[in-house]
Amino acid sequence: MKPPVFSYHDPRSLAEAVSLLGRLENAKVLAGGQSLMPMLNMRYVLPDHVVDLGRVEGLAYIRDDGEAVVVGAMTRQRDIEFSPLVKEKLPLLAEAILSTGHRQTRNRGTIGGSLCHLDPSAEQVTVAAALDATLTIEGPRGRRTMPFAEFPVAFMTPNIEPDELLVEIRLPAWPKGHGYGFVEFARRHGDFAIASAAALLQVDGSGKIARASLTLGGVDTAPLRMTEAEELMVGQVPDEGLFRAAGEICGRIEAMDDALVPASYRRKLAAVMSRRALVLAQGRVERP
Amino acid sequence: MTEMRKISVKVNGKAYEAEAEVRMHLADFLRQKLGLTGTHLGCEHGVCGACTILLDGRTARSCLTLAVQVDGHEIMTIEGIADGDTLHPLQEAFRDNHGLQCGFCTPGMLTTLIELLRDNPDPTEEEVRIGISGNLCRCTGYQGIVAAALDAAKRMRALS
Ligand code: FES
Ligand code: FES
Repeated sequence: MKPPVFSYHDPRSLAEAVSLLGRLENAKVLAGGQSLMPMLNMRYVLPDHVVDLGRVEGLAYIRDDGEAVVVGAMTRQRDIEFSPLVKEKLPLLAEAILSTGHRQTRNRGTIGGSLCHLDPSAEQVTVAAALDATLTIEGPRGRRTMPFAEFPVAFMTPNIEPDELLVEIRLPAWPKGHGYGFVEFARRHGDFAIASAAALLQVDGSGKIARASLTLGGVDTAPLRMTEAEELMVGQVPDEGLFRAAGEICGRIEAMDDALVPASYRRKLAAVMSRRALVLAQGRVERP
Repeated sequence: MTEMRKISVKVNGKAYEAEAEVRMHLADFLRQKLGLTGTHLGCEHGVCGACTILLDGRTARSCLTLAVQVDGHEIMTIEGIADGDTLHPLQEAFRDNHGLQCGFCTPGMLTTLIELLRDNPDPTEEEVRIGISGNLCRCTGYQGIVAAALDAAKRMRALS
């Protein structure tokens, strides 16, 4: 249970980090270390080089750009948890982050690290999908931005080159008074979720749903935006029956099967978690 | 090829300097290089919480931190909690409430609770349970630990 031998690099600037990644073979980026360190200790990964972003200036911040909250990739989960701006503008993220590991891991773990690790049951991954986040990626060929929906290419595999770094996450804020709900099912508090659901609802003056976002985490190889359920709800007056119907759509997905959790159980949980998230979101809507 | 680095770190208010392999995690560094064996290692992959220390005032799992990462930083370990021979009120409360049996989880429980009670001096039972949810104890069944934490909070409020 000790990390394998590697060379360690601690660049001070983004330019230095990118140039290291461009020239080192088989390098791994160390952000908060809360996923990479266990993988190193267990020798699931055997990098020749570790590039630690811990001393790179200017990658940790939470800013308001009017329509969105912009978060630096090296922002610690704890700072997201305690940010008044996140609480006000992104209450869904503020709620979900409380289920991310434990205080001790949130003190170190970063949002960028979690997104690049791309565990399908990770709360920040699910929320990024729910909010239609935009990612800024920096590499030797310059900067590019990408909608989060294009980021997962396969199970735990992000759409990013080995010489590129995720530097910023832009999370669009929903209008004041929107409803939000994040629920998950895990065997113990802080464990990886077997299934989670993130719901966002905006209700218009007549009491009908004007906009809906429903995302499932942990059930498939990447977070699943349930567009069919979203379309079903828009234009309707929210009630138990509608949310049950949306949940039933979620119960028909192709879920992952593994040694511990059969797909049928994940589907059942998907239906229940999504309904609960919607009910929670509806209860929090403040009518204009 | 083993790569070594010199690491300067303040632990419990005292400055230390030691060479270590870059792949060495902080728990091994504290235990093997600095002789501070109060920090325990249970799982070495971030699950049990036994190795919890405070890094610049925030709890962290020392098995998930490389020693090189703390160069220039400040650490507090279990050895830094008591004031000489005088136990910290949290330690007193653990003794009085059967908050430990074998003591393996205790360093991590105490460091975790130091942060919790600093940030939230009057926690509810539920907040304590969530606060220690990342720390496994195989002996006590947690009841004594929760009682000790609530008792310690009361003692610490009376002192401040
Ligand atoms: S030894 Fe670090 S969490 Fe178990
Ligand atoms: S007292 Fe033995 S593990 Fe907690």
